[in-house]
Amino acid sequence: MLSIRNLKVSIKGKEILKGINLEVKAGEVHAIMGPNGTGKSTLAYVIAGREGYEVSEGEIIFKGRNILELSAEERACEGMFLGFQYPVEIPGVSITNFLRTAINEQRKYRGLDPVPATEFLARMEEKKQLLELQEKLASRSVNEGFSGGEKKKNEIFQMAMLEPSLAILDETDSGLDIDALRIVATGVNKLRRPDNATIVITHYQRLLEYIIPDVVHVLFDGRIVKSGGKDLALQLEEKGYEWIRNES
Amino acid sequence: MEKDQNNILDEVTNSEYKYGFFTDIEMDTAPVGLNEDTVRYISAKKNEPEWLLEFRLSAYRNWLTLTEPSWAHIHHPPIKYQDIIYYAAPKRKKELKSLDEVDPELIETFKKLGISLEEQKKLSGVAVDAVIDSVSVKTTFTDTLSKYGVIFCSFSDAVQNHPDLVKQYMGSVVPSNDNYFAALNSAVFSDGSFCYIPKGVRCPVELSTYFRINAANTGQFERTLIVADEGAYVSYMEGCTAPMRDENQLHAAIVEIVAMKDAEVKYSTVQNWYPGNKKGEGGIYNFVTKRGICKGSHSKISWTQVETGSAITWKYPSVVLMGDNSVGEFYSVAVTNNFQQADTGSKMIHIGRNTKSTIISKGISAGQSNNSYRGLVKVIKRAENSRNFSQCDSLLLGDKCGAHTYPYIKAENHSSIVEHEATTSKISDDQLFYCKQRGISTESAIGLIVNGYAKEVLQHLPMEFAVEAQKLLAISLEGSVG
Repeated sequence: MLSIRNLKVSIKGKEILKGINLEVKAGEVHAIMGPNGTGKSTLAYVIAGREGYEVSEGEIIFKGRNILELSAEERACEGMFLGFQYPVEIPGVSITNFLRTAINEQRKYRGLDPVPATEFLARMEEKKQLLELQEKLASRSVNEGFSGGEKKKNEIFQMAMLEPSLAILDETDSGLDIDALRIVATGVNKLRRPDNATIVITHYQRLLEYIIPDVVHVLFDGRIVKSGGKDLALQLEEKGYEWIRNES
Repeated sequence: MEKDQNNILDEVTNSEYKYGFFTDIEMDTAPVGLNEDTVRYISAKKNEPEWLLEFRLSAYRNWLTLTEPSWAHIHHPPIKYQDIIYYAAPKRKKELKSLDEVDPELIETFKKLGISLEEQKKLSGVAVDAVIDSVSVKTTFTDTLSKYGVIFCSFSDAVQNHPDLVKQYMGSVVPSNDNYFAALNSAVFSDGSFCYIPKGVRCPVELSTYFRINAANTGQFERTLIVADEGAYVSYMEGCTAPMRDENQLHAAIVEIVAMKDAEVKYSTVQNWYPGNKKGEGGIYNFVTKRGICKGSHSKISWTQVETGSAITWKYPSVVLMGDNSVGEFYSVAVTNNFQQADTGSKMIHIGRNTKSTIISKGISAGQSNNSYRGLVKVIKRAENSRNFSQCDSLLLGDKCGAHTYPYIKAENHSSIVEHEATTSKISDDQLFYCKQRGISTESAIGLIVNGYAKEVLQHLPMEFAVEAQKLLAISLEGSVG
């Protein structure tokens, strides 16, 4: 699904990622953990194709294709989704309109006709039920006036609607109460399929009580310094990041 | 609706001005230039009564004493008024009874514009008074309307068939010496629309007029007069496109609205005239005077405009709130791109007691354009307990454009409340990246964000117009970011 080889990235001359290697297969859930400021969000943005980052070395292979030359929207259309840490408000644009535009642009990229309105609305309803969302999301403007929890739930809802092959969730758990956390986790678990993959980026171990990762990576100072099974997260929780710092 | 939304996306990929074609129809034109003979020529051509010729001549004489206003935040080379042809009309060979008799070229023009009269007639329930270069060619739905006593016809026809109404109301809202361009229009106006809704009648259909500037070097001087008698209601839509031209074309229209007691008039405009090319060459100069008067108590006039076209827009749709408890509204989206200049806003003049007005203005500037809001809210001493709320937002795309706000407030009593809010914002990189990450291209993302920004205004448009307006906003801003 995703294969990152020796990825080196800098912002304004400062090297942030110093040779990342990562292999994610279809059907897997990976967790990337690490203290603040070690490059977790940078990694997410670079995979998603945000501008302003200089990739000096390495490659990102997504579904067998080096995607570094692709724009963010092309990567999205190829099946990549980023759940934002700080979802941005788009005043006056309803979630319905936003999602329909997104889905139709993705369909156009794949040579498909726009989704019929009835089918689209049925899908909205189905995904809302799947995620046990009570909110009247459809008519609200994208993230406008949303609480932190609502924003994150909206990210998961969009993920459910867009059905990506690879979802990267950047600190989706931060600032969530247990209730919202459960909905986010349930969403990820329910949407999990043999043909898709998820990368969960998190600062805390807490989310991993709800989402069981196949592989846990520890990102430290721009490098993945440790990878292991789900127990690694527990070890981290127990010993703290100091443990990694001392080992590396 | 769904199809329309998809069309919006499709059309976003077509960047050049879509309506830049030219129809070759035999023209009947006045000699170049303006003098008393020109005015007489126009009046004679239209077989006008003596009083109207006098109205024109006195306006012309007034015009000679006036000077072009210079206070607007716009710049353009001097307009050569003597190089303009003031009258051009398609030659009418005989009376037209059905669409079959209309010049096929003309029908073709409408089809290119997406305004098939036939379809309009059959499907949308919209009565269309199509104006091509000064003379109304075809009026539909007149029969349906006449059942309700609604008069909706070309201005020329109104002069012939309803001279008393025209004489009573023409110039009563915008006097012929009101301003330079109004005087010019009053002297040389060619045609336009007339609408009268009798007492207690709710006009059963949305009325619309499509204007089109078509002949080279021909200024357009339409005149629209809408009178809603006591308790009447009408929704009037005006939409326009013009063919591509190298030389600037002057356009100076007048719209007058009269709302009697308990009457309501809703006037919507989508203006998409040729804005000039990317270098700022060509485009329409649009100097318009639009004003309504809430003459009776509890009357209401509402202006909604989406301005995306013209090289220069100079336009301040206003409401004189004369009747007690009358209401004036102004909802505007003005887009400027490349080298376009817009100086637009509204005037709300509170004269009656308990009068209320709302101004919502959304300016969007891109390229190297300049977009100014200019508004006057005046509350005179006797207009006690009046209220105004104004909100003027500016959205900037890029860093070479300008947004300006010139609010003028004059409140002469203590019981009235006048509020003015203004914001300036930009489309952020975060918003763009968020959209792109969902698979939405930059162009579509801008269209989406801009339409969201303008939603408060667009929602006041009739449905048919709202869709067209959304497309226009997206199309007008193509290539403005990236």
